[in-house]
Amino acid sequence: MALTKADMAERLFEELGLNKREAKELVELFFEEVREALEDAHNVKLSGFGNFTLRDKTQRPGRNPKTGEEIPISARRVVTFRPGQKLKQRVEAYAGSQQQ
Amino acid sequence: MAEDSAMKSMMKSELIELMARKQGHLAYKDVELAVKSLLEQMSHALAGGERIEIRGFGSFSLHFRPPRAGRNPKTGDSVSLPGKFVPHFKPGKELRERVNESLNKTGS
Repeated sequence: MALTKADMAERLFEELGLNKREAKELVELFFEEVREALEDAHNVKLSGFGNFTLRDKTQRPGRNPKTGEEIPISARRVVTFRPGQKLKQRVEAYAGSQQQ
Repeated sequence: MAEDSAMKSMMKSELIELMARKQGHLAYKDVELAVKSLLEQMSHALAGGERIEIRGFGSFSLHFRPPRAGRNPKTGDSVSLPGKFVPHFKPGKELRERVNESLNKTGS
């Protein structure tokens, strides 16, 4: 089981009394705005949850794992997520099924 | 590596404002409550060991960090640190591509 956009919209409908279409649109808009900000070279800081941070990687040597052939891995920009203190603490307490 | 300190940031309040402006029919307050609910739903899922899967954005899951021996930085005494779970985010294909394409467009 995983939390999905549909689950989140359903919850907005139940909790906040938004109609289903509005709820669906807001969930969509939320993730789209975060993507757009990152695309515009902005980090995104959501206090209590975490920060989405951009990192620029320079070109580095790589290899095709199948053929062993050397091919450079081009310079790229990647997104990393750093959980906030509050989220880290809540998750750390998860003792659930310790089977990793 | 990264010059990410030089990059601008969007804070939660700015995100809420942008969203409120874009969809028009809901009051700022409603959008604010919605965003808080979304973040709480996501935190709650992870706190209960549940994954989050958002197509085109990415997925969040927990990674296990095994127990290890650490040190008290003040006294130098060794202490055993228990295993724990940490949140992990894996960007989805669309997000990866859009962010990487922006490198070529904007440079910076």
